[in-house]
Amino acid sequence: MNAVIDIFASAGLWAAVLRIATPLILGTLGALLCERSGVLNLGIEGIMTFGAMIGWLAVYNGANLWTGLLVAALAGGVFGLLHAALTVTLGLSQHVSGLGVTLFASSFSYYVFRLLVPVAGTPPTIEPFQPIDLPALSSLPFIGPALFTQTLPTYGAIALALVLGYVLFRTPLGLAIRMTGENPHAAEAQGINPMVMRYGAVIFGSALMGVGGAFLTLSAFNSFFPTMVQGRGWICIALVVFASWRPGRALIGALLFALFDSFQLRLQAVLGGGVPYQIFLMIPYLLSIAALVLMARRARVPQALMQPYRRGER
Amino acid sequence: MINAALDICGISKLFGNNLANDDISLSLGKGEIVALLGENGAGKTTLMNILFGHYVPDSGKVLIEGRELPPGKPRAAIRAGIGMVHQHFSLAPNLTVLENVMAGTESLWRLRSGTDAARQKLQGICSRFGLTVDPHARLGDLSVGEQQRVEILKALYNDARILVLDEPTAVLTNLESERLFSTLKYMAREGLSLIFISHKLDEVMAAADRIVVLRGGRKVAERLASKTNKAELAELMVGRKVARPVREPSTPREVVLEVAGVSVIIDGVERLKSIDFTLRAGEVLGIIGVSGNGQTTLAHLLSGTVSRDKGVVVLFGEPIGDLSVEGAVLAGIGRVPEDRNNEGAIGEMAIWENAILERLPRFSRHGLVDRSAGQAFARMIIDAFDVRGGKPTTRTRLLSGGNMQKLILGRNLIERPRILIAAQPARGLDEGAVAAVHERLLQARREGTAVLLISEDLDEVMALADRIQAIVNGRLSPPVSAQEADATKLGLMMAGEWNEEHEISDAL
Repeated sequence: MNAVIDIFASAGLWAAVLRIATPLILGTLGALLCERSGVLNLGIEGIMTFGAMIGWLAVYNGANLWTGLLVAALAGGVFGLLHAALTVTLGLSQHVSGLGVTLFASSFSYYVFRLLVPVAGTPPTIEPFQPIDLPALSSLPFIGPALFTQTLPTYGAIALALVLGYVLFRTPLGLAIRMTGENPHAAEAQGINPMVMRYGAVIFGSALMGVGGAFLTLSAFNSFFPTMVQGRGWICIALVVFASWRPGRALIGALLFALFDSFQLRLQAVLGGGVPYQIFLMIPYLLSIAALVLMARRARVPQALMQPYRRGER
Repeated sequence: MINAALDICGISKLFGNNLANDDISLSLGKGEIVALLGENGAGKTTLMNILFGHYVPDSGKVLIEGRELPPGKPRAAIRAGIGMVHQHFSLAPNLTVLENVMAGTESLWRLRSGTDAARQKLQGICSRFGLTVDPHARLGDLSVGEQQRVEILKALYNDARILVLDEPTAVLTNLESERLFSTLKYMAREGLSLIFISHKLDEVMAAADRIVVLRGGRKVAERLASKTNKAELAELMVGRKVARPVREPSTPREVVLEVAGVSVIIDGVERLKSIDFTLRAGEVLGIIGVSGNGQTTLAHLLSGTVSRDKGVVVLFGEPIGDLSVEGAVLAGIGRVPEDRNNEGAIGEMAIWENAILERLPRFSRHGLVDRSAGQAFARMIIDAFDVRGGKPTTRTRLLSGGNMQKLILGRNLIERPRILIAAQPARGLDEGAVAAVHERLLQARREGTAVLLISEDLDEVMALADRIQAIVNGRLSPPVSAQEADATKLGLMMAGEWNEEHEISDAL
């Protein structure tokens, strides 16, 4: 039992939590922004995969790491534009369009990767983001190695959760986005253009998903392989509900999931003797379902989520 | 007109082959209340949507204080001082009152919303017009009347000087409507100009200074409220003389339904409290009361969708336990539900499907639906009950409210039910349809059906019912006969003022 408790006392666990949480934070914020405007974006899984691939590919071809993130954001934005054109302008089913984007973007990633990167026994690598040394903070005992040995994108993701929370709840733009997600007709009657709001939210949200994917290849690892997103996009969709569509809670939810995940990894090492490791792999998902049930019952869904908006039609 | 706040000049709008507005002109003075009266489909809402920039007119123009408004631009209309209160509220239930009011009023790129200033401005407007509402309440937690108040506040917050209200009383109770109209009159005295759209004669006579009547997309008349009357307006609006039918004397026959001491508890709330009534063949028993006093539960109880907790129900002389829906249908109880769009008909299904749903076994052959028999049945209802605007295969939601109600009535009455439960049968219908529905109810009464009429419309109950009971907070007053009832007495009964002695003298 002590061995289990020791897991929580290791700085390595907490450092891993932040690292594992980062793509989830970015993806969840992106999905949350889309949904706040009334558009469900199930393209997330594919957009993250494509972001991971294209960001890595840019850096592999000589771009610097920040340019890699930017390229991933732009690519995410382009898929967002596609999803918005299908669901906002044409008013098609958001489920079907989103799943279509995911299937297309994933397969397209593998294709581009295969086309441009020679097949090799060991996958080619790049030099990823390095943890930055924060004077004074990083050298604190325990807290230093636990919390302040991350790469810049991780700190950026955490800051972004706070910024997005501020924008949604404290600025006129945020109110306009939320109004569009609750009742686009009301937004229109108040002089807000719901089409513009939805396009903007979906494109920007998808860009964040792209960056979330690129974090995997540019910071957490240093190479790309096709299955690397591994359902993280779907976790983000669930986290949005868990967070009741609030960025601050999305941050907490992502950290919590990352805690389950890094805990099970270490638990495998401690208790792994007689138990198949797949049991441990299930733990974070089981805990997520439990947490979702507890939290989501009180959630207030944006009222116009998944409803296409057509002008003049009620 | 001098000092006109608004001039609408020669507006025409064509939708497909349908000329929704045909060269309509009208003007609105400062501080004036104009009612736009017309039946459903007369073009009232189209005209107001053009005024507000939702539609672009094919010809004609709108002038605000003498300046032309660019067509098709809601934002320009707001800026020019037009505020619209829609029939279906344009509000977001999950946001607060203040957020609903503020959305879109500031530049989107401001780094911080001016929440404090907005709240002060809103509270200033609230106190000026006596409209109290908590700015931080979640909108969805408010009553319908309060939500409408928020709609009005939203318009005033945008500095509206011309307020357009689209059928503002359609969703309100009588009490809320009265409160609304006293607020509107106060606003007019404060210098606002108002247009409200309506098809209810009582309220246009009570609230408007001037009445513009539309019919079939054209302006057919304009009258000062002081120089016209309800009969003239009804005729102008419908285009022919309409008189609501009034019941003729008759002798009620045997008791078909007796309810004694019945209580119903739903979710821990006692919705019906030990109610008593008897219903006889060939009579109309009116249950009058302000909405929300237990009428819905009463209708559901008799339709078999709610079960009783106490008391006895005697149907055709035999005590029964709880009715089931199937039992009610088989026993010959016809039902006209209060909420026709959600309970009365399924909008996405065809007319014929709606016509046969409750008697599906009869229209089945070898486990398959007998489509041709069903469609023939629907055709019969359409012909007998003058349902316009559709064939048996038309989707039901395409029918107007009045025609959908005729379909529902027809489905119930075509086989001469022994009992008809009619809950708010004429609610939201225009004058012509109201007369048609009333005529059908009286015809059923003549043919010996026992009609239970649940309504909050005094005129309706007084015209149709032989005996009247008031429902207040789940309790039912003793019956009074129509001869001894007048508006004052019924008003008192609806407020819960009745003496229990009546119970003995009037027990029938």
